[in-house]
Amino acid sequence: MATTETAAAADAVARQAATAEPPARAAAVKPWVWAVVAVAFVLPLLKFVIPGVISDYRLFVISTMMIAAIAVLGLNLLTGFNGQISLGHGAFYAVGAYTAAVMLDKISWMPDYYFLTIPAAAVMCFVVGYLFGLPALRLEGHYLALATFALALAVPQLLKYKWLEGLTGGVQGVVLLKPSPPFGLPLSEDQWLYYYILVIMVALYFIAFNILRGRNGRAMMAIRDHQMAADTMGIDTAQYKTVTFGISAAYTGIAGALSASAIAYVAPDSFGFFLSISLLIGLVVGGVASLAGSIIGGVFTVLVQNSAQALSKFVKNDLGLPFDLSAYAVYGILLLILMYVMPLGIAGGIVMAWRRLRG
Amino acid sequence: MATSRRGFVGGMSAAVVFSGGAAFAQKKYDDGATDTEIKIGHTNPYSGPASAYGVIGKGIEAYWKMVNDKGGINGRKVKFVSLDDGYSPPKTVEMVRQLVEQEKVLCVFNTLGTPTNTAIHRYMNQRKVPHLFVATGASKWGKPKEFPWTMGFQPDYHTEAAIYAKHILANVKDPKIAVLMQNDDYGKDYWEGFKDGLGKDINKVVRHVTYEVTDPTVDSQVIQLKDSGANVFFNIAIPKFAAQAIRKAADLNWKPVHYLNNVSSSVASTLKPAGYDNSQGIITGLWLMDPTDKQWNDHPEMKTWREWMAKYMPGANTEDGNYIYAYAVSTLMLETLKKAGDTLTRENLMKQAASHQKLRVPLVLPGITVSTSPTDFYPVQAIRLARFKGETWELFGDVLSAEST
Repeated sequence: MATTETAAAADAVARQAATAEPPARAAAVKPWVWAVVAVAFVLPLLKFVIPGVISDYRLFVISTMMIAAIAVLGLNLLTGFNGQISLGHGAFYAVGAYTAAVMLDKISWMPDYYFLTIPAAAVMCFVVGYLFGLPALRLEGHYLALATFALALAVPQLLKYKWLEGLTGGVQGVVLLKPSPPFGLPLSEDQWLYYYILVIMVALYFIAFNILRGRNGRAMMAIRDHQMAADTMGIDTAQYKTVTFGISAAYTGIAGALSASAIAYVAPDSFGFFLSISLLIGLVVGGVASLAGSIIGGVFTVLVQNSAQALSKFVKNDLGLPFDLSAYAVYGILLLILMYVMPLGIAGGIVMAWRRLRG
Repeated sequence: MATSRRGFVGGMSAAVVFSGGAAFAQKKYDDGATDTEIKIGHTNPYSGPASAYGVIGKGIEAYWKMVNDKGGINGRKVKFVSLDDGYSPPKTVEMVRQLVEQEKVLCVFNTLGTPTNTAIHRYMNQRKVPHLFVATGASKWGKPKEFPWTMGFQPDYHTEAAIYAKHILANVKDPKIAVLMQNDDYGKDYWEGFKDGLGKDINKVVRHVTYEVTDPTVDSQVIQLKDSGANVFFNIAIPKFAAQAIRKAADLNWKPVHYLNNVSSSVASTLKPAGYDNSQGIITGLWLMDPTDKQWNDHPEMKTWREWMAKYMPGANTEDGNYIYAYAVSTLMLETLKKAGDTLTRENLMKQAASHQKLRVPLVLPGITVSTSPTDFYPVQAIRLARFKGETWELFGDVLSAEST
């Protein structure tokens, strides 16, 4: 599925890149998008046909990719489309995850209605994001990056705080149950989880697509491109920036809530600072200001971190080279190469290549 | 005709299978075991905040290499698949699922970290895959009733602290206790165990101060502890801060009965930097030999270990106690697999893991053995107290244990 989506993503980027065209032309969802969604929906059912290829484990990995894609999309709305840099989206991810986990853990009937945790996490993170966006209005560029950085560092500590320990379980975290398929559907837990996440992801992308193609989206991008000009044209920049912060946090928070259900466990160690960085890497690698790029970024964050270790082992054991490269060194080298070859991210790189091929 | 021939062939092959089963020792395999190979899964933080423990994974890998060079286990080579989880619980779940569902390992062994193991605890038990000898000091891994597929390894912090508490109550007259504690899960685990050990004598703790890993020093904390007028000091700190506290106490001319947690018992990383003069008389609990402690230099197990290090881990730091740990825990795994013989099923593996009787594991202190049973899933549960004298630990008293569950 990863490859199908990557290929599909290319077209999406092509569409995105054509922002110079009047918005009306980009308004309708292209038929190939529906094709991709249809394939994504059929995929888990293939487990009954070819269980060797479509296994529960692979579906689970794709589910984590979709979760990462939602989180990267959230960051993209803020950074890519509104020009506010955040190094701290792991914090919202954690707030979303903990909102879901605490609800599932403390309210006895909640595990049967686990889908309610999604709107709850969204509202919670919107409020937190909006409130954080208010003081952030005074901060531009690097200063905002630093403030969000502090947020990312503070949240895992706050989760351990003794007054919250009763709710959050402190350093021990909260152990949850995985959602089971409803109505006695003959699906495995992983198949069901896949559908649950896929439906939410499609809905969130559809909403994002609609926000961005309308006047609100144009206002967001105008602020990114030139805030003073946007102000002069009568856009309420303060309002737009804080609301964007809230929406962005809500998206990432939903991803966090989904991950709490998928992993069935939350702990402060799950939301370390590296989470925020990997979301940012996913954003930049996938493609800034590109919806399809967010999906590529989500796939990348999961896939490349895993293959970096395999690659470093391959270099050491199979090629017999005398290097003991750590997985992170390989990861870093891959990133450097990627940024050098495709400075606009994978989505941007594919668009550039496509244009060159067409002349 | 065709039907009867098929019947005949079927009958024959059934007879062959039957007689074969009777003639040879029965071989039974689950996923991950064949006539030539045993596949073991493992996760470790090779990257991220806890990557200092990555050497354990490397040590274990080198250990299996040695086993394979010597011909393997009952003729089977060990395939050890070790993956990096970066100490992040979601990553551990993903990696362990990969090991169990894609790699199809026989068992998962010595996965490192308390939060990371908590994340896979239920999964391993739902899947009924052995989750053996986990590398964490928490006390929740020996619950055969709820989690019959998970087994711990080392004495937990909780037990250790309870032993100190009991020793204080029995040996120090009118104790007034001061506690220095690292403010995280490790520190709290010790503190809880200590409180349990004191029981109703909890009021003997006159001062309890904490520090954060990010603090530059613990000088001010030690001054506070001294001012409390305490005559016993329980030092729950990692080597860097434990050494600072020992030094500062000496500078202040404060001479309490000093109990140091096992985490910081390394001579090279704690007591040497603190100064041997300042460290005399400190008490700690030990269960593994310390490679920097000279008294073990002539011990045959230590010699074997050094030879193994030289051959299989050339260039590695021979002062790092993590390699001792890796060697000891791998030997326990080896013994368990040997006992399982040709019945390499997951169920039998758990049965064998839960039936060790007074097994001697190399590099564990003399007098401490591994015993497990279907109701006792704590392999090493004892420590020995030691007092620092000269430049080395001097063991004293009996082997001590405390039930922590």
